[in-house]
Amino acid sequence: MKLQADLKYSKEHEWIRVEGSRAVIGITDFAQDSLGDIVFVELPSVGESLEVEDTFGVVESVKTASDLYAPVSGKVVEVNEALADSPELVNREPYGQGWMIVVEISDVSQLENLMDAEQYQKMVEEA
Amino acid sequence: MTEKLIFELGSPGRQGVTFADNDVPEVSLDQLLPEAYLRERQAPLPEVSELDAVRHFVRLSRLNFGVDVGFYPLGSCTMKYNPKVAEDAAALDGFANLHPYQPEELVQGALQLMYETQQDLAELTGMDAFTLQPAAGAHGEMTGMLTIKAYLESKGETSRNKVIVPDSAHGTNPATAALCGFKVVEVKSDERGNVDIEALKQVIGPDVAALMLTNPSTLGLFEDKIKAIADLVHAAGGLLYYDGANLNAVMGYARPGDMGFDVVHLNLHKTFATPHGGGGPGAGPVGVKEALAPFLPKPVVTKEGEHYQLDENRPQSIGRVKAFNGNFSVVVKAYTYLRALGGRGLKEVSEYAVLNANYLMKRLATHVRIPYQRVCMHEFVASPPQELTEQGVKTLDIAKRLLDYGYHPPTVYFPLIVEEAIMLEPTETESKETLDQFADNFIKVLEEAKENPELVKQAPYTTPVRRLDEVTAARKPVLGWLPE
Amino acid sequence: MRFIPHTDAERQQMLEFIGIEHTDQLFQDIPPDIRLNRELRVAGGLTERDLARHLASLAKQNTGVEESICFLGAGAYDHYVPSAVKHILGRAEFYTAYTPYQPEISQGVLQSIYEYQSIIRLLTDMDAANASMYDGASALAEAALMACAATKRHRVVISSAVHPEYRDVVKTYLYGPGINLVEAPYLGGVTSLEDAVALLDKNTAALLVQYPTFFGGIEDLTKLAEAAHAVGALLVVCADPIALGLLKAPGQCGADIVVGEGQSLGLPLSYGGPYLGFLACKEKYLRKMPGRIVGQTVDVDGKRAFVLTLQAREQHIRRDKATSNICSNQALCALAATVYVSLIGRQGLTTVAELCLQKAAYAKNLLAKLPGYEVWSGPTFKEFVIKTPIAPEKINQELLKYNIMGGFDLGRYYPELAGHILLCVTEKRSRREIDLLVDRLGALS
Repeated sequence: MKLQADLKYSKEHEWIRVEGSRAVIGITDFAQDSLGDIVFVELPSVGESLEVEDTFGVVESVKTASDLYAPVSGKVVEVNEALADSPELVNREPYGQGWMIVVEISDVSQLENLMDAEQYQKMVEEA
Repeated sequence: MTEKLIFELGSPGRQGVTFADNDVPEVSLDQLLPEAYLRERQAPLPEVSELDAVRHFVRLSRLNFGVDVGFYPLGSCTMKYNPKVAEDAAALDGFANLHPYQPEELVQGALQLMYETQQDLAELTGMDAFTLQPAAGAHGEMTGMLTIKAYLESKGETSRNKVIVPDSAHGTNPATAALCGFKVVEVKSDERGNVDIEALKQVIGPDVAALMLTNPSTLGLFEDKIKAIADLVHAAGGLLYYDGANLNAVMGYARPGDMGFDVVHLNLHKTFATPHGGGGPGAGPVGVKEALAPFLPKPVVTKEGEHYQLDENRPQSIGRVKAFNGNFSVVVKAYTYLRALGGRGLKEVSEYAVLNANYLMKRLATHVRIPYQRVCMHEFVASPPQELTEQGVKTLDIAKRLLDYGYHPPTVYFPLIVEEAIMLEPTETESKETLDQFADNFIKVLEEAKENPELVKQAPYTTPVRRLDEVTAARKPVLGWLPE
Repeated sequence: MRFIPHTDAERQQMLEFIGIEHTDQLFQDIPPDIRLNRELRVAGGLTERDLARHLASLAKQNTGVEESICFLGAGAYDHYVPSAVKHILGRAEFYTAYTPYQPEISQGVLQSIYEYQSIIRLLTDMDAANASMYDGASALAEAALMACAATKRHRVVISSAVHPEYRDVVKTYLYGPGINLVEAPYLGGVTSLEDAVALLDKNTAALLVQYPTFFGGIEDLTKLAEAAHAVGALLVVCADPIALGLLKAPGQCGADIVVGEGQSLGLPLSYGGPYLGFLACKEKYLRKMPGRIVGQTVDVDGKRAFVLTLQAREQHIRRDKATSNICSNQALCALAATVYVSLIGRQGLTTVAELCLQKAAYAKNLLAKLPGYEVWSGPTFKEFVIKTPIAPEKINQELLKYNIMGGFDLGRYYPELAGHILLCVTEKRSRREIDLLVDRLGALS
């Protein structure tokens, strides 16, 4: 399981990279590996407002589907259009080209509820 | 062995049917329809002769596996033999060529058949009234849950918005409850594979509309605390819904109505031997207790004196779930089956279905993991031995290898609560030697998997096509032929 | 009859192997207080010969369309079914198979569904079709739900020129999730455009119309599509596939979802079922589509093959979040339609459609001249409405004396249309039969 130290993690297996007032969001290497070959990613539209823990999309493999949950509240300012044609990017580079959305964070204090890499690894190992 | 698409056969201008000439005076098209409404060019449909078409479809049939080809122990699907006499019955001119809006006096035989089927299903399940309208099990579930909704609303119980389903339930149960506007709450199973009563108590309350249950459960186990469960749900003001997927186990032994269920749906294409048709058509009649009867879809067949009729005047009905009168020809086949067997024969069906399942389970017991060590009903769930799982041989691989031995594999990865689940339902129509041969071959596949895992992981080898690239199929869907 | 192969000796061996004396021991988990302690009261136990006789005697109490001259339509149609259709459907490899979840041994059903999906796509001019639904009515209802999911709106407008039973089914399906259903009035056999426009608003997910309408009239789909799209709603068209041999494909007119009843394509009337619902849509809505879908792919050796795909939408994976609760399709009925369309072929579908149109027009023209009868004006396909001088029920009783199955009494579902009949003329009706109908109706007025 690959992890990156500069990211924060949610218990629903999303990662978040804070860049100023914005946050890039994707799913973890563990999540993509559990799902298997990803065949489709449904993402919200730019401009939609998300509350923390709202479902913002769905990621599908051949035999499963999983909801995506917002790790923080905020307004969607960018979505990864490349995933429409190349959902396999999530498998290949979950922390890179497989990113999903960018939100304008509305409540930075929510970041404190997320895990760091070490805590996340512990959670996965214990599950 | 592959077969061209029908579009890739034939020749431009070729036709498989000769039409009689138009015998009325021809009027030019533009006098009948405005040009703007007309198709500009013909759709590029196939252009083949009758023989081209017949060969094409017969060749396709040979790429397919049915109960008439071989053993089909597909758990939860009751793939029993479909008697031929029932096919003959449904094809009779007096059944196959009836228009749904014909006057009642021209369809008394059809209505009698429907009426008697309603009565017989009610007797079999301990219910008071039946509708034959739903076209399938899931359709029956929707009908039943909407009937419950309408009934509760009529009593002013509008805040009951929760439906409880066990974690072993068919996917259609939660999907149906959601479709009917309910919130789905899952309740876990206990260590015996039954509903965990303590867990049930935690989620039951004044907001519960119903509990949906399959009994025997999808694990093939009888819910022996069903009375206690029913009392709990009823005490809280909720209703009990019976998913009849597994009725083949208990006919003549116990009836859902006597267990405390208020609504049931049956799958005529499982228990009552109507063929599955490669995925349909089936039929999913729904039965209810007296209090819910006014809410069933319309029409229902009733009898007055010696006259049978379609009762449309049902003001509290949820309406219709399908146009016309249900999948009538499927009902004809089920009726034929009922009359072939009668009450005694139906009980014998369950007796032998359960005997066969227990026999097969015992034959395999020392070779697989059986998560619940109990007498099973008409089916049982197993997992491959731990060492195979550790070697990376999956249930899927075993299923695929069974194809090479000429079997349709059991149901796999269901129920979700059993790891690497394999679910076997032999049905009563299979002989002892079929079960013995299957058990021998199954054990052989397990041995192959141990000795030569790669052999099993790459299987099948002898089928018309081998394992498919399902990932590309889903990533870049190609869903139909188009002209170049 | 019984279909249990066990001999007494085998039964004994099996009991011994299990380690029990009697099968009752296998039912020990059923508590005594819920056991059935009497025999089931279900008649039966007939031999095959007696069974066949019994069924034949029930069937004989019915008089069907083969023994009459049928002018009854209203959603179920007496079209000719070529003999080969029934023979292909009788192949046990098809009809005794389950859903093709094991593609390696199910290529027959899978490829036939793929061909069926192709045919529906070509007829409707949509981007994708599913593997079929229960019937036309439930397909229309599922399309309404699909439009609500796609637009995230909770209001549906349906034309009252849609089959009354279909409207009933849509209403039942929308009752569960609590979606608001509004009816747009008809005018002269089609939807009143003005009223439809007035009813469409920013909360409307879809406008549902039928093509041809229940009255046989032909909608101006292009205008209806414009009206729906103007408020961001989808146009859902419920089409007669035979009519699509002649009429412009709904996809050409701006439809977003096209559904319909496929019974006309090679299925017997069977007193109302099983029939065949088809459902097709634009690419954009593919992932919101209910039901099974077959896609093309290759196997490990590179051979072309077919497989159920996009399954993550379905109930067995998504459970309470599935696009629909539907599990089965009508595979065998879809096969019938595929064989039918293959046999009649590209030109044949046009021919059948033209014959229906010409013969219906011939009947309509003659009836328009009959004193006492009025024929609704406006272009129609194979069905049309007449106003009768005496009660339809009486007319139909009288026609039965001449072995004619008269039209559908519209007063049954439209109180304001008491005294109106919907007549249907398919390619099976001969000039002589039409003349007889007109003659008898003339004698009645």
